[in-house]
Amino acid sequence: MSVTAPRLADPAPEQLRPTVSSRRVVATLLRKELLVELRTLESVPAMSLFSLATFVIFHFALNRGSVEGDLGAGILWVTLLFAAILGVNRLFVADAEQGGFDGFLLAPVDRSAMMVAKALTLLAYLLVLELVAVPAFAILLLGPSLWPALGGIALTLLLGDLGVAVIGTLVGALAVRTRARDLLGPLLSLPLFVPIVIGGARATAPLLAYAHRGGLSGRWLATLGVYDLLFGLIAYALFDFLLED
Amino acid sequence: MTRRYGEREALRDVSLSLPAGRTLVVFGPNGAGKTTLLRVLATLLRPHAGRVEVLGAGLPDDGWRVRGRIGLLGHEPLLYRELSAAENLSFHASLHDIRKSRVEEVLEAVAMTARAQEPIRHLSRGMVQRVAVARAVLHEPDLLLLDEPYANLDPAAVELVAPLIGPESGRTRVVCSHDPGGGMAEADLVLGLREGRVALLAEAPAVSSEQVTELYQ
Repeated sequence: MSVTAPRLADPAPEQLRPTVSSRRVVATLLRKELLVELRTLESVPAMSLFSLATFVIFHFALNRGSVEGDLGAGILWVTLLFAAILGVNRLFVADAEQGGFDGFLLAPVDRSAMMVAKALTLLAYLLVLELVAVPAFAILLLGPSLWPALGGIALTLLLGDLGVAVIGTLVGALAVRTRARDLLGPLLSLPLFVPIVIGGARATAPLLAYAHRGGLSGRWLATLGVYDLLFGLIAYALFDFLLED
Repeated sequence: MTRRYGEREALRDVSLSLPAGRTLVVFGPNGAGKTTLLRVLATLLRPHAGRVEVLGAGLPDDGWRVRGRIGLLGHEPLLYRELSAAENLSFHASLHDIRKSRVEEVLEAVAMTARAQEPIRHLSRGMVQRVAVARAVLHEPDLLLLDEPYANLDPAAVELVAPLIGPESGRTRVVCSHDPGGGMAEADLVLGLREGRVALLAEAPAVSSEQVTELYQ
């Protein structure tokens, strides 16, 4: 089977390779993602409200005035990761339901740009979520003051967010093509998030303790960094295949 | 060429060649494989057997060579509902590395300039289809793949988009249609599909409308 066109219209092969720079494609996709989220307010408000509700539930369920140390770090990280799953589940829905995948796949661009743009979108969602959730956690649950440890907590959260963004993008792209995407997203994400919870909570726990408040644990930060890098490479290698039929 | 979905063969042993600048009109009842054929030609689906060549590129391996030269107008408009027509077209223009003034040109060509800033979800189906036509021809593709392109369009709108996607566009076209009269009027070559197999393949002058109608019985 063949469909032809005038030979004069055929550009040379080197002119046919993706000509738009990947950076520009990522910027175009990211702008579109943020514009759609600003108009619909589907993901970030839901993630933020979920985290606030979870802190309130913990506040009453634990029946104690405040938490600190290991318990505080655990509550913070588990809440943030569950909230992140809401964002992961919505990340590709507009593309799947409104033909965004096809529109993108028909363009002569590097397909990995979508992976980078989606990961940056999820990262932006997580950062906004944390701007709401971390102060709320400090007010509703945390015993010790947050201020002395703020820099360390921010760095740890950022490393965790990078991993969540990359894994979430990979899982979201896989799940959205299935009928059971609302189930598959959390089922695939949660096991992959476990090392992030462990590394994040262990690195954060000393910063949230009353006594023996220590500095950042280089070991756990390095663990988070290596995990981020590992999944960054896996996502880069696999993403093109996830977009194929 | 053969294409399967699981065990089911959506297309089987479909074989044809379409010369440049000509129009192939594909008829067939629902589920005959028309949309699958368009998606394979658009490089969105992989053929599972056989050889497919589009604009000189073998699929699926060389699909990347021709993606920017194909315009697809399918059942879905490929437009984000929350974005305006202008924003959607600017988005596609960026992906295809096209000058922004082209967006205004195509919006004017489909008479959507006045409503260009409204979200797609606020537009009627006919207007959305006109914007989808603008999107499909935005990058001046060599090959147009059209799945019932005049659906939702009133007669005036059909006339409006004809220079862009009709025979007078001069492009190589593959058009899926359920309208024997309208389809035959613009066909150079006719393909009839039934359950994924070729039931009719001939030059348009040699095909009667009865033969097309029989495909649906």
